Amino acid sequence: MRKYSPILLLFILILFPIAVRDHYHQHLMILVLMWVVIGSGWNVIAGYTGQVSFGDAAFFGTGAYTAGLFVTKLGISAWWGMLFGGIAAMAIAFPFGWICFRLRGAYFALATLALNEVMRHIATIWESLTDGMVGILVMQTFVSKVPYYYIALGLAVISVIGVQIIMGSKWGYYFVSIREDQDAAESLGINTHYYKMLSLNVAAFLTGMAGALFMNYMGFIDPEVVFSLHDISIMAILVGIVGGVGTLYGPVVGAFVMVAVHEFFRTGFFGFFKGIAALTGSDMITVFAKYVMQAHVLGFGILVVLVILLLPNGIVGDWNLIVKKIFPVKTREVTS
Amino acid sequence: MSLFEIKNLVKYFGGLAAVNNVSFKVEKGEIFGLIGPNGSGKTTMFNLISDYYNPTSGKIYFKGEDITGFKTHKICRLGIGRTFQVVKPLGRMSVLDNVIAAAFSRVNTKHQAHDLAMETLEFCELVHRKDVLAKSLPIGERKRLEITRAMATKPELLLLDETAAGLNPSELDAAIELIKRIRDKGVTIIIIEHIMKVIMTISDRIHAINFGQTIAEGTPQEMANSPAVIEAYLGEEYAHS
Repeated sequence: MRKYSPILLLFILILFPIAVRDHYHQHLMILVLMWVVIGSGWNVIAGYTGQVSFGDAAFFGTGAYTAGLFVTKLGISAWWGMLFGGIAAMAIAFPFGWICFRLRGAYFALATLALNEVMRHIATIWESLTDGMVGILVMQTFVSKVPYYYIALGLAVISVIGVQIIMGSKWGYYFVSIREDQDAAESLGINTHYYKMLSLNVAAFLTGMAGALFMNYMGFIDPEVVFSLHDISIMAILVGIVGGVGTLYGPVVGAFVMVAVHEFFRTGFFGFFKGIAALTGSDMITVFAKYVMQAHVLGFGILVVLVILLLPNGIVGDWNLIVKKIFPVKTREVTS
Repeated sequence: MSLFEIKNLVKYFGGLAAVNNVSFKVEKGEIFGLIGPNGSGKTTMFNLISDYYNPTSGKIYFKGEDITGFKTHKICRLGIGRTFQVVKPLGRMSVLDNVIAAAFSRVNTKHQAHDLAMETLEFCELVHRKDVLAKSLPIGERKRLEITRAMATKPELLLLDETAAGLNPSELDAAIELIKRIRDKGVTIIIIEHIMKVIMTISDRIHAINFGQTIAEGTPQEMANSPAVIEAYLGEEYAHS
């Protein structure tokens, strides 16, 4: 059963836009698939290699801006950004990793946080290139959401399979060794600096491609959106943690959960509070509903606390624990 | 030419000389013991050899080549394996995966690495524990995993840092037997040890240091009778009795 569930899931995902014609749900699924890609990238560097990144938005935004600038500056299709966005993100990751992988643990995480902010400021201030806060507007290629859906699905499948291949190879063993003990890894002949760079570049490439997809799909970006700390970088971490750090399908599950939670808050519990406010006509509930809708970050915080307390290895990592909680196996008491 | 040589090695931590002008040569195929009281600089010496610290001055030669300042991973690939006194298992990996990760330093495909790892696990008699997570091993087997992992990097010179500490008597005999088998395979060994039973039975030559300085070098028999060694371990009054 377990062996076939990924194939079953893929089958359902392929059929999804045929079965569900509603644009809103198709839009949500495209976002989920995009987050699968970003989450997989984050999982490689933070989950498997143990170098926690708070700066995924730096790579995401670089990818998005590469795609956008292809249109505004070079006049070629933004779809080229799907490849070159990933490469541009690697071009950022390379010098950053070269310098900052001398730092360990929390210090590296802080450096990634700084990278995030530096990139956001560059995109804001360098107006001659990026148009600053005005952002970049690109004509969308397709009217329908279905082509975007399948492109996102293709990208998500490629990243999950890609990560699986990498983790089954020498690279994978080296990444996990570095996470477990960097000094021991060095003593086993692992060039830890080099392999941390490789891992970061894999993550940057995937995240950059997701950024380019975002540019193509949304048609509009500005620095506050694509270099956003809480909407991109923190969200990437949440996708990883909720799904399960260092598990192949963790980002997949995490992406579903996090997009759902995000949407749950954004719509005020799927319109529940708006409905109550309309029903009672109370101003107070209208105001309350407005606050709830803006409180999704608070909701994320509570969710993370719950996940860390109850499922420290995430939903995928602690799947057996969840199954046991829901279907408790009755064990016979041994009586003497 | 000796397989391995240290020349006038010095390491200062601030004003403290942890290793002070130590020189020795290790010949191919021998078991070379390194002894000294706690804090005398033995582990620092290993950390200098495998470049966890940079020496303040002095040179380290391996097979005639000056390897002073080479990166840790490069030293491993040249053929110097090491274990850690405070064991460093890759906790959330299985024992087999620990050894496979080490084997990748010599082979490139997963298949070859798996074969080399299994071979090494069998040699070190840890194969029955291969699917256990490394963090759930008891201390005796963790120490053995350290040796297994180092052996999977196919070293010509193996640095063993207190691999017998904390073992019970039967494990101790097994550890001695394993070290002898490693030597019989043609691997040269430098061993740090406090347990005299181990160091005296297996070493060909012993080098004693105290406060980072050489106090004596010779066969186990010579060391047992050396006044300088007795003084370092037991105090001045015993040295003359």
